[in-house]
Amino acid sequence: MFDIQEKLKEIGPYVPESDDDLLVCRCEEVTKGEIRRAVHEGITTIEEMRRFLRCGMGLCQGQTCGMLTRRLVARELRVPQSEMDVATSRAPMRPVAMETGGRDLGVEKPAAGGDAE
Amino acid sequence: MKKTADVIIIGGGIVGCASAYYLAKAGVKDIIVLEASRSIGHGGSSRNGGGVRQSGRDVRELPIAMCAVQKFWPSLSDELGVDTEYTRQGNIRMGKTEAHLRKLDTLTTNCRNMGLDVRMIDRKEVHAINPYLSDQVIGASFCPTDGHANPLTTTLGYYIRALEKGVRFYTNARVMALEKVRGQVRKVRMEDGAVLEADTILLAAGYASRKIMNTVGLEVPMHDEIDCCLVTEMEPKMFPQMLGCADADFYGHQTRHGSFVFGAVAGPEMLMDEDTDKVNFAHAATLGASCRAIEGYVPLLKNAKIVRSWTGWCDCTSDGVCVLGRPEETPGLVLACGFNGHGFGTAPAVGYMMAQTILGEQTLVDLSPLRYERFQEMIG
Repeated sequence: MFDIQEKLKEIGPYVPESDDDLLVCRCEEVTKGEIRRAVHEGITTIEEMRRFLRCGMGLCQGQTCGMLTRRLVARELRVPQSEMDVATSRAPMRPVAMETGGRDLGVEKPAAGGDAE
Repeated sequence: MKKTADVIIIGGGIVGCASAYYLAKAGVKDIIVLEASRSIGHGGSSRNGGGVRQSGRDVRELPIAMCAVQKFWPSLSDELGVDTEYTRQGNIRMGKTEAHLRKLDTLTTNCRNMGLDVRMIDRKEVHAINPYLSDQVIGASFCPTDGHANPLTTTLGYYIRALEKGVRFYTNARVMALEKVRGQVRKVRMEDGAVLEADTILLAAGYASRKIMNTVGLEVPMHDEIDCCLVTEMEPKMFPQMLGCADADFYGHQTRHGSFVFGAVAGPEMLMDEDTDKVNFAHAATLGASCRAIEGYVPLLKNAKIVRSWTGWCDCTSDGVCVLGRPEETPGLVLACGFNGHGFGTAPAVGYMMAQTILGEQTLVDLSPLRYERFQEMIG
């Protein structure tokens, strides 16, 4: 069992750093300071962080900032990065237009005599 | 770890977090929340489509939905200090055929009889309210006080404020069984063998509640059902209403951030006999079917790009509404489960009333139609 109150006591209060205004998630414009502060409010997993601040929830789905966020949260929690679960990858792998997504039943079928299966 | 508390809440979803928050606010000092997964709000609480809806509700839970909209949602962002993105601009439930309109008319009449302001609107009015809808939409039901909110910030907002008030939260904390002491449900046995004890235990663990309540002889006829959602990239502001349709092809809204969140099922999900703990994906046909349904009602969205899809499990009871309150045969235990996939909108009021139930106060609305005993009465 992971005791969140104990963990927050152990890591102490949020201490500002000079580069806290650095953008970590470019798609959603989330800064290093916002991520670090959220840890001290009780946000202790990558999934919670994404849901709370939207970092990694934009167009690239965290492909750029995912590892940076993981490193920041791990450091703030004083645990090895390898202990931090990464966010679940979900379909689609790249942004897909609704129209394209709706074509999974296939487009125009080739006329008889066309390509065989 | 201290192994006793005044109240133990099983389930760190929005109902568990909101109940913990209102209990702490009422002055209860010693509260434990147990969440089986690694993240707070990891189930339906952060996987739902964000509807804050009264229209189309079963009459047994409509008073709770109305209470939530009147007394809780308008001030919730201030109360929690997070932006819940609550938007009260109405719910349009669309119809394309005469059969659809008849179905909507029945739902509307049922809710009107309970005092809800919801009415049928014709083709002209529905297109005036929302000019982006397909010409095929010939009418709709409209409830102006329905809306939507952000389930992620709302759930975590309750959690953070409860944490601040000293509530002890444990994640990776899976409950295996409840135990009675001299007829009273008092003990909670954990997966790692630890035993916790409290005067009152609130069970709000979604479908997992069933197995847990079974250990003290309770049973609610329930099954679990997987549901799928998708989100698009940011789009220019289009409309503020929540959309739904008579055929339940899809539902959804545009978030404040600009992205659209839609939910739908293709159908095969209902027949997928999968383990809730292991599987978290929809049938492969669902994404495509959702896209076609959405385009069929809001044609302009055909170019909107989907950036992510996800699924969540719904705890569905045999009669379609949740189970709330203290079962007579298990003193010490309070149930709040079986929300059937639409527990988000009512959660603030449910959390408040679960705190009232635990404190022995009279609840804001009468919860007796949702009591546990109703299932026994059905069997006779």
